[in-house]
Amino acid sequence: MSILGTRVVRTEDPLFLTRGAVYTDDLADPRLAGALHATIVRSTVAHGQVLSVDTSAALEAPGVVAVVTAADLTGLDPLPAGAPNVNQAMTRPWLAADTVRFVGDMVAVVLTEERYQGEDAAELVVVDIDPLPAVIGTEAAARDDVLLFPEAGTNVVAALGGPAPEDLFDGCEVVVTQRVVNQRVAPVPLETRAASAVWGEDGRVTVFCSNQGAQQAKGQIAGWLGLDPALVHLVTPDVGGGFGAKIGADPEFALVVWLAQHVGRAVRWSESRSENLLGMVHGRAQDQVVTVGGSRDGTITAYSLEIDQDSGAYPRFGPVLPGLTMLMAPGTYAFPRVHARARALATSTTSIGAYRGAGRPEATAAVERAVDLFAAEIGMDPADVRRKNLVPAFDTPFTTATGAVYDSGDYTAALDRVLAAAGYEQLRAEQAACRARGDVRQLGIGMACYVEITGANTGFGTVEEAELEVHADGTATVLTGTSPHGQGHATTWAMIASDQLGIPVEKITVLHGDTDRVPRGGGTMGSRSLQQGGAAVHQAAGELVALAKKRAAELLEANPEDLVVDLAAAGLAVRGTPGTGISFADLAAEEQLLVHTTFSAAAPTFPFGAHLVVVETDVESGKAQVVRIVTVDDAGTIVNPLLADGQRHGGIAQGVAQALLEEVLYDPDGNPQTSTLADYPFVSATELPDFELVEMATPTRMNPLGAKGIGEAGTIGSTPAVQNAVVDSVAHLGVRHIDMPATPMRVWRAVQQAQQEGN
Amino acid sequence: MHVTITVNGRQRTEDVEPRLLLAHFLRDVCGLTATNIGCDSTSCGACTVIVDGLTVKSCTVLAVQSEGAQVTTCEGLAAPDGTLHPVQEAFRTEHGLQCGFCTPGMVMASIGVLADNPDPTDREVREGLEGNLCRCTGYHNIVRAVRTAAQAGPSAGRVPQTQEVHS
Repeated sequence: MSILGTRVVRTEDPLFLTRGAVYTDDLADPRLAGALHATIVRSTVAHGQVLSVDTSAALEAPGVVAVVTAADLTGLDPLPAGAPNVNQAMTRPWLAADTVRFVGDMVAVVLTEERYQGEDAAELVVVDIDPLPAVIGTEAAARDDVLLFPEAGTNVVAALGGPAPEDLFDGCEVVVTQRVVNQRVAPVPLETRAASAVWGEDGRVTVFCSNQGAQQAKGQIAGWLGLDPALVHLVTPDVGGGFGAKIGADPEFALVVWLAQHVGRAVRWSESRSENLLGMVHGRAQDQVVTVGGSRDGTITAYSLEIDQDSGAYPRFGPVLPGLTMLMAPGTYAFPRVHARARALATSTTSIGAYRGAGRPEATAAVERAVDLFAAEIGMDPADVRRKNLVPAFDTPFTTATGAVYDSGDYTAALDRVLAAAGYEQLRAEQAACRARGDVRQLGIGMACYVEITGANTGFGTVEEAELEVHADGTATVLTGTSPHGQGHATTWAMIASDQLGIPVEKITVLHGDTDRVPRGGGTMGSRSLQQGGAAVHQAAGELVALAKKRAAELLEANPEDLVVDLAAAGLAVRGTPGTGISFADLAAEEQLLVHTTFSAAAPTFPFGAHLVVVETDVESGKAQVVRIVTVDDAGTIVNPLLADGQRHGGIAQGVAQALLEEVLYDPDGNPQTSTLADYPFVSATELPDFELVEMATPTRMNPLGAKGIGEAGTIGSTPAVQNAVVDSVAHLGVRHIDMPATPMRVWRAVQQAQQEGN
Repeated sequence: MHVTITVNGRQRTEDVEPRLLLAHFLRDVCGLTATNIGCDSTSCGACTVIVDGLTVKSCTVLAVQSEGAQVTTCEGLAAPDGTLHPVQEAFRTEHGLQCGFCTPGMVMASIGVLADNPDPTDREVREGLEGNLCRCTGYHNIVRAVRTAAQAGPSAGRVPQTQEVHS
């Protein structure tokens, strides 16, 4: 029986559970002994002119070796604005010289012998800023009254798509429109950002940093600093979560590299959580207007999605996100007419980047809210409206109204399966009884159908590389260009190699993240790893077997076609002649047994599913509690169900967190209101139920494993399902919509307002 | 000033700044980096260790306050022959960890939960771990792990050096 599809516990865990994983700030590399500690002085003003930066007192403080300001960073070009469609005048200074654009903008760096000395000295740097009005929210940004980049002439970072056709909703019996906020949230990987750098006598720099793809991070650092990439050796230690926010390099990492060269000593930096909540990218932050039109029999014929993306102070991935949202706008539905457009706007806030789902959850949240609004308007069960409009089952590619090419799907089956598993009819009956009794605690039932794009080209194509070597001692090594930070690639990639070689998982070491050993790779993001990186390992194992057969045929004087893999012996045998074979290890002892391969996926894949959520809402206080979450998440063939379920769990939890709890807030002057974990309501164990996972697997043809992505699906499905459930819990009181997070205050207000309007 | 602390059974006397946090003492002075620091507001629990039988967030205790104390970190749980503590073992079998950053603190906090309540319900586990944050697992498998560890009996709520543990 194949090891694939079985619940193999992780090979990573014994060390993680005893010695602990080794994250960047844990490194005891001898080259970092005596490294200076970098402490970054950040703006406490959202928007303003920098009048002066006085470092004199800081320079006198104990342990201070240097204080670096913009004046010291001569010869460095500002950080580029990014993608070609972005307003190219919106460049970012390394350290603010003239203007600060958000609370957290970097102004100076203090280098000290010891960690605590840095915090002391940083407080002595006097930054004099003449405040300018802050630009908070997309509405204010779009007015262009105050410009973040006067030289850009506008706060519009990028515009995507044109105006809606005037006849979009012609012929619709019913048209519903709603402004929907997909609020700004903080990714909050438990490990904050950290980097260290040391220059060697050979003129090369070794950079250790927490990231989701060493090769991309290295390329960015070299590019920004104008270094020959060959001089940069980037090493990714264990990484304590990323969720998209650790894609690529952050400017801080490159600054550490520059500082180490500037002072001629190793430098290390790790941020506090409060610094992380200012300095690391935030996610989501879209203001949307959805309009949906159709007939009273439940058929939806037209859908429009208008997006204002808050991009934060400096363009990062923010301007790219709405492109993904637009691509996935119709989701699982066969709406005949779909229109989407977006603009990204600069505001005096932390930059927006990728966060679990990155553009796709925003699409799903919008369309799933729209379908529920339409269902409420025509008085039809939301499950029936969905069934009426879902794309019928297909196993040859289906092109959507927005040009996405879905590989395979059966959305109706996913919905039916989740409704059956949840006992939908019974739940509706219980809800009716609650409503009839006028209970204080009312049941809400919410659902969401979703499809998302995974394994999209995120800059490295839809390819991934793998190297596989079997050693003479019977062990094997896999090198991969993917970059695990919790996903368990060391186990899963070993399973994939073991499946074809018979070498036990425990004897296979998986290495990643060292750019000298793995010069090319796409990293781990966009739920790409298994379908591309895992498929590359699968391909490498096949090629290694072929190579071994060629070699063994000579040694055994046999025909290569007569050789078969003997999994139990981890080697080859002559068909029908027991005891005549040779192990891969023995072949490796004769000559190095190594293959390097590049796997090219035919196209991205489109995992899909359906979530059903039950909430109990106290209609007097507005407090909603999730009591059940039932999900179908079809990610094609599953290699390790234990780990795939873990991805679903984590994803679901982050969706609940956004729907009910989490939101990054600023006051009108741009002061962050949620800059510690005491203020930011990070979801805890008490706010979540156990998750009820329902199986469904529709393999894809885009890779030989049949696998689609699973990393982000849970979040994409659960977010709107929870939101819809909360709205449903008070729908009988006249409520049609509540923005996320559906906090007690928001729910209570919605109920009050609906009742006032009803009177 | 001088401080003497027994860490994982080994007594250490060190000259430290009075303001040094116990978490930094463990990480930077003792070189025990399993204990992680995930926030600066005593919110996340990644730094949870056991001090004289109490689960403590070591980012909120000064090293000098631990004078004379017995401190157990995640590194001090497994037996000398490598046998995992029942809670460590259960986290592995139930896939109660992904990126691993919250894990050492979560394991220590779980031991505290089991010390107070050897056979907790799901709800009791969730309430007991409310002060320990995890971004990867959605807590589902962590709850499973603690329930599984409870089946090992009273040893799941103890640490080596036979300390009595309370959360």
